[in-house]
Formats: sequence, structure tokens, C-alpha cells
Amino acid sequence: MTDKKIRVLVAKPGLDGHDRGAKVIARALRDAGMEVIYTGLRQTPEMIAEAALQEDVDVVGLSVLSGAHMALAPRIVELLRANGQADVKIFLGGIIPDEDWARLKEIGVSGVYGPGANTEDIIRDIKAAVAG
Amino acid sequence: MTLSQAILNGERLALARLLTQVENDTPQGRAALIELFPHTGKAHLVGVTGSPGAGKSSLVNQLALQYRKSQEKRVAIIAVDPSSPFTGGAVLGDRVRMRDLFGDPNIFIRSMASRGSLGGLAQTTANLVQVFDAAGFDVVIVETVGAGQSEVDIVRLAHTTVVVEAPGLGDDIQALKAGIMEIADVLVVNKADRPGVENTEKALKSMLELSRPTTKRTLKHHGTEMTVFAPQEKAEDGVWTPPIQRTIAFDGTGVPELLEAIERHADYLRQSGGWQRRERARLDVELQTLIRAELLTRFREALSAQAYEKALEDVVERKMSPWQAAQTLLKEGAR
Repeated sequence: MTDKKIRVLVAKPGLDGHDRGAKVIARALRDAGMEVIYTGLRQTPEMIAEAALQEDVDVVGLSVLSGAHMALAPRIVELLRANGQADVKIFLGGIIPDEDWARLKEIGVSGVYGPGANTEDIIRDIKAAVAG
Repeated sequence: MTLSQAILNGERLALARLLTQVENDTPQGRAALIELFPHTGKAHLVGVTGSPGAGKSSLVNQLALQYRKSQEKRVAIIAVDPSSPFTGGAVLGDRVRMRDLFGDPNIFIRSMASRGSLGGLAQTTANLVQVFDAAGFDVVIVETVGAGQSEVDIVRLAHTTVVVEAPGLGDDIQALKAGIMEIADVLVVNKADRPGVENTEKALKSMLELSRPTTKRTLKHHGTEMTVFAPQEKAEDGVWTPPIQRTIAFDGTGVPELLEAIERHADYLRQSGGWQRRERARLDVELQTLIRAELLTRFREALSAQAYEKALEDVVERKMSPWQAAQTLLKEGAR
């Protein structure tokens, strides 16, 4: 068999309707040979955790542009842990103020990316996190 | 506790993890399948196929809701989407249409990439079905890759195959062609609120009548009335004629009737002995597929990479035909 495919859930929690970033990332990860489960807009943390469980993903990628990341990300981390999926790596992209980055990493987010982030970097970081 | 025991106990994380092992065909996955196999054979396997954009995912969403509402059955869904032939990556987007199913612990959705398989399913889809079957799901719905004409692997896997059409996707010549239309046990005309639904339904009907004429009909031919008897009129009770059901997956119109048609087909299979015949045919295909894969693996292991490369080189340079090269390599591999 070929080496194990990296499975990534790309989700858009919260109430803003801008999913272009999430789609660009989904496409870039696909082109990097990953299997991306795309769930669409307006997902609650509970929906994301359930999809992550059913799909047994290695990575959850979140796109948040609404400013609600400090509410959404910790809740998703908590739910994944409660489901026994503490090993799932979480990546976050969107409009995230600098002062929140350290706190997000503290609660267990593996990577945070702002506007203009290079998809090559994201792919490299995801591969490293999953291998590590 | 082993993974397979955890699954028989209904643990969802264990189930999700085993599905990954089975999908990747790991030794652990194979071992679990051996343990689980005696627990399989109970679920009703329903295939849903049809052109891209016909509304398969939305319809599966509605079907699962209906199963829960009217029969309280436990429903598993396997949704297959294509892998990129170039990078091996995939975007699996069927869950987008299935968000209504969130929060019901008796529904389990798993997305699957086709990973280079061409028949509309992935190579290990049948094994994932076995896992769900053993885990006690009453119904396993398999949604294929958006299928064109010959992606008909589903018919060998499912007890009941639902083919979804929609107005405006093709004319009556498409319905005449061999392949996907022939495999339907139940036909659906989705998006039935759109213009052209009568034409689509008529094309399907005439296709069905051509392939399975079952009734007496009176035709007007150049002013003369002619009565035509269908050849199989006597054998009526042994023949299943695929019903055509209109649906609007967006709001669920026609879905209760569709579920009834699917259930009627399951009853028909059970009464006519078709259920056992399909099971046997399915396991036959599975066995042959496994043997073929195993033989290929053994052959590759027995053969040196250089010998293969050399043979390929000879073929490229037209020193040997592909058929000759295959024969030579097979002889070498058997030694």
C-alpha cells in the first residue's frame, strides 16, 4: 500500500459567511495529496467535533473571520479531547489579532495563520505536525 | 479490548478508527474484518448513484432522516468522492448537504476518496460496508462518485440500487445507452419542481418498457389498432419493474414514497430468493477481487524490478508486444 493519507477536516465555524479562504485551503491541501473533508459554512463546535470523530481525521483546519476565534477554538479543543481525539492537530486561519496567537497555541492550536499566509508553509506545518 | 470488540459494543471512536484501518488495508484492519465477518449479513445495503449534480447527497440526507423518522433504523452512510489522478488528494464535500443529520447518534457518516478506482467506488468500500454491518447498522447507504455511464460497481455491492436523474441532464438517447440506467432497482427523478420533469420521466419510462415489457398495450399504427402482448406477461410475479419516483430533495417531497419503494424492493428480494442470489454474487466478486489482488502482489514480489523495467523497455522499443512481455514476465514470476 501507499503511505497513509493525511485526512483533514476543513470547517468554517461561526456566523460569518465568507468561505473563500476555506475553499482555497481545501484546494491547496488536495493538491498536496491530502484527503480533505469539507463541511461548509456555519458549523457549530459540536458539529465540527462530531464530523472529526466520524471521519477519524488527523487534522482539523478552522477558518474564522468573525473575531469569535477565542470562543470557538477553545470549545472545539475541549470537545475533541472529550471525544478521545486529543491527538488531532488543530490549525486556525483568519483574522486573528497578534495578541491572541500565544494564547491559542497555549490551549493546543498547532498553527495560526493570518491573511496572506503562504499555503506552502501551511502544508509543510501540517505534514510536520502529523508526522511529529 | 480489541477494536472489533469495541465496535460490537457500539463505541463510535473505535468504529471511526477501524474504518481508517480497513480503508488503508492494514494488517490490523484485516484482522478485525476476520473477527467481524460472522456478525455481518444483516444490513440492507442501499446504493445511490447518478450523474454529478443530480442531487445524490441531498437525497441521501433526506432518506436518512426518513429512515429515522418512520422506522427508527440505525443508518450508516458511506459517501465516495473522486481522488485527483495527479496528486492523489481529494476534496470530499458530501457532508455539506448532510448537515441535517448532525446530533443523531444513530446516524454515522463517513466520507471516502475513490483512490484511483474507476467503478464509482473505492477498492475498500465493500469492507467498510462490512464494518458498519457488523456494528449493527440496519441500513448502509453507499453514495457513489458522481457517475457517468459505466461506473456500475455499486450494483455488485448493494441489495437495492437507486439511480438518481434530474431534468436537463441528458436526452432520451442517454437513457438508451447501456450502463447506469440498466442497474436501477428504483429510479428517481429528483428536482421534480424544475421544468422538463415530464420529459425526463417519459424518457425513463420508455426505456423501462423497452427493456422489460410487461403489459398489454394498444397502439395506433397508420390508423389501424394493434394490440401488443408483452412476452413475459405470464411470469408477472417473478419480475421486478423499477418504479419511477419523483422527489424534491431540497424539501423532502416524495422521499417517504421513495423509502417505501426501497423497502418494497427489499421485500421482493427476500420473497423471490433474489436476496441470497445477490449476496452470493457479491461475495463471489469480492473473493475474486481479493484473489486477483493477492496474486498480483505475490507476482510483484517474486519478480525483480529490473526484469520488469527491461520488459517495459522492450515494449517501448517495439521489440516485444505487451502481450508477449506479459507472458515472459509471468513465466519468470512463476519460477
